[in-house]
Amino acid sequence: MRLLLAAAIAVATALLFALLALPVAALFLHTSPRELIRQLGEPVVLEALRLSLVTSTGATLVVVVLGLPAAYLLATRSFPGKRMVDALVNLPMVLPPTVAGLALLLAFGRAGLLGGALEVLGVRLPFTTLGVVVAQAFMAAPFFVAPCRAGIAAVEPRYLDMAKTLRGGEGYTFFRVVLPLSLPSLLAGAAMAWARALGEFGATITFAGNLAGRTQTMPLAVYVRLQTDLDAAVALSVVLVAVAFALLLGLQLAPVMPFWKRADAGR
Amino acid sequence: MRCGYPAILAVALGCGGDAPRAPLTVFAAASLTDAFGEITLVYERQNPDRTVRLNLAGSQQLALQLAQGADADVFASADLRWMQHVRSRVAGEPVAFARNRLVAIVPAANPAGVTSLEHLSRPGLRLVLAAAAVPVGAYSRDALGRLAVDPRFPTDFARRVLENLVSEEENVKAVVAKVQLGEADAGIVYASDVTAALARDVRVVEIPEASNVTATYPIAVLAAGDTAAARAFVAVVTSPAGRAVLARHGFRPP
Repeated sequence: MRLLLAAAIAVATALLFALLALPVAALFLHTSPRELIRQLGEPVVLEALRLSLVTSTGATLVVVVLGLPAAYLLATRSFPGKRMVDALVNLPMVLPPTVAGLALLLAFGRAGLLGGALEVLGVRLPFTTLGVVVAQAFMAAPFFVAPCRAGIAAVEPRYLDMAKTLRGGEGYTFFRVVLPLSLPSLLAGAAMAWARALGEFGATITFAGNLAGRTQTMPLAVYVRLQTDLDAAVALSVVLVAVAFALLLGLQLAPVMPFWKRADAGR
Repeated sequence: MRCGYPAILAVALGCGGDAPRAPLTVFAAASLTDAFGEITLVYERQNPDRTVRLNLAGSQQLALQLAQGADADVFASADLRWMQHVRSRVAGEPVAFARNRLVAIVPAANPAGVTSLEHLSRPGLRLVLAAAAVPVGAYSRDALGRLAVDPRFPTDFARRVLENLVSEEENVKAVVAKVQLGEADAGIVYASDVTAALARDVRVVEIPEASNVTATYPIAVLAAGDTAAARAFVAVVTSPAGRAVLARHGFRPP
């Protein structure tokens, strides 16, 4: 019976791996190192890559800076309307990106709800790089807040009690106990948010538009190339996959880094 | 008909009546959305056992899907270029079934105060066009080039206008949407896109006939599909009834 269970698990894992790995492998197999180098030499491609890295990093920073306090609040307090806030924070995860883009336009566009106020402040979002960051942050936020909140909520109450007997302040408890212990979840959440921001397409093209050098991120560049030059699109896709994979792998390897071991020593 | 237990199976296999057949798949340029929606109804009335599945997108996208082996029976493109791209998949000859012209549109509120084409070259104007690979995108750039040659416009008109480009959309309806929402100051679309509904939200700035571009729409039966049904659909499109529908939606005769 145990053998059957083990076999079932092995088969399921193999099938999942095949589902995920085969399309990626197909991408890599379709192109050649020469085509990749040729694509990387094109200024439009380098622009798209630079734009993607800058905007996704910016969006992740926004999401972490705003999301960490929010996650802490959601994990440690109850308040009226908490369930609504909860649902709202998770909404971008289930919203079709184009719908999100349209909603962003209706809120922050020139003719939108906050359009007038933003114009007065001199802030323009549609058709700008800042708009790309906003669209990415909107879509990526739940990917950080959810695991971050879970990580904070998972900190054992006795550690919090111990910290209270030592110094008592909530700030002290947060920085010396909660943060180090929930750091793995935080980093995993940041990685997922970053990856989601990097791959963001629908909200970006709808809200920020599509212009090389200003708003045409890698996913948009792939989509545009797809309409005329399939090989170029594949090469760009390979670059995007490689960059994303490298960063995700990097974060997987983080646990072997020295600072991690120090944080872990608290357990 | 007494079929007994195998009745369900028999009915499923078409015994005893008309079994629904696979839908007729029509790939059509985005600008044909409304017109082909109506023509589909005409076709379905004439062929009650068939339904039509319309796949609407930029012609360049459709051509790419077809080149990659997508299943379709009919292809209607907004230009000859993308029909030529899939020429090897066509049964017989493509037929020109409609023509279209370009217009510039601005939001009804006209935030940039555009009342004539020259204003499109004002610095800081937010212009949205379709990407060059999209038929209307290529036509737009063509028209701008022609305007630059017109003595009434400065010679660097096209260059100055294109400097105002803030976004390149993947089909004409996306250009329409950006102008309609008031996010773009101006856009160039087909005359047929200015429907009664849209006319409430935008103002039209005409492009002079001499510099305007004629868009020719070809339609073709695809060899790998249901050619008989496809030919019937093309017949509806090119029939007087089909032409009347197209004319009602702002298209010119071929």
